[in-house]
Amino acid sequence: MPAIPLETAGIYVAAAYIVFLALVLVYVAIIGRKVGRLERELGELEQLGGEPSRDRQR
Amino acid sequence: MYGRALKPLALATAAGAALAFGLIFFYAPLDADQGFIQKIFYLHVPMAIVALLGFLAGGVMAAMHLRTRRRAWDMRSYVAIHLSIILAVGVLVTGSIWAKASWGHWWVWDEPMLVSFLIIFLLYAVYQPLRFSIDDPERQARYASVFAISGAAFTVLNFVAVRMAATYTHPRVFSQTGGNMPPAMFLTFLVALGAMALVFVTLWTLELGSKNAAERLRRARRHLQREADGREAGLGGEAGRPRPAAGAPAAVSVSAASAPTPAPR
Repeated sequence: MPAIPLETAGIYVAAAYIVFLALVLVYVAIIGRKVGRLERELGELEQLGGEPSRDRQR
Repeated sequence: MYGRALKPLALATAAGAALAFGLIFFYAPLDADQGFIQKIFYLHVPMAIVALLGFLAGGVMAAMHLRTRRRAWDMRSYVAIHLSIILAVGVLVTGSIWAKASWGHWWVWDEPMLVSFLIIFLLYAVYQPLRFSIDDPERQARYASVFAISGAAFTVLNFVAVRMAATYTHPRVFSQTGGNMPPAMFLTFLVALGAMALVFVTLWTLELGSKNAAERLRRARRHLQREADGREAGLGGEAGRPRPAAGAPAAVSVSAASAPTPAPR
């Protein structure tokens, strides 16, 4: 099969790489939000209740 | 533990990805047959290899969980499979884009490589619904581990079966005679594969860090709840408990601590 023209091929290649980048970015954003929320809640709880840290528990 | 490893991993991943992109677009020669469209190869194939290895790693970690009964292994297995499913979505989409450009069709049903990968993806798509349909954490972890081990065995069998298939439209990159590509392309491919592996490990570490933080939060909540219960019991319940000042943090913390904790997702 002959190679397709660069302009057409460029669109397909860009689409494939954008799909990958979008997947990774969305994943990182979701996990980042989750980690931020967890850390905030944890900080609040530790402040309020004086939860001993892992190091002190050992 | 995971937080400490994350920074160097993220830096290595960024460097690896930048190097891979540079090699793909400025160093690797154009394919004589397919031209520029072949650049999808450096994304699609490493992603497929890393996704399949992720499924295998998930199976190995699940076996470790069954052997040691440590929940950490189950969580590692879960995150590896979860990430591999996401990469598998990427493999199917980028493969379809490449197929459309190269073969003129988004999907070819009589092609063993494509269909077998779709079957593996659909198999693992059942993993999460199965896992979260079980409420008891111990049983959930055990059943998920058995599923992960079976899935890993199926992945290996499927791969071998496809390699033995006679008809072949999908190109075979690695055969017994070597990489079937010039050294510049092979080097670029290896760098792209390494970068993809780093992306996987970094995201795996990131998600495990998040799970770790959720676990610490649950511990803190339980600790506060126990403390509050102990105070109530020691002071003779409601009648003997000193009234806190309006808006006192203790009352707030206990009610926050007793909020139901969702299952880890």
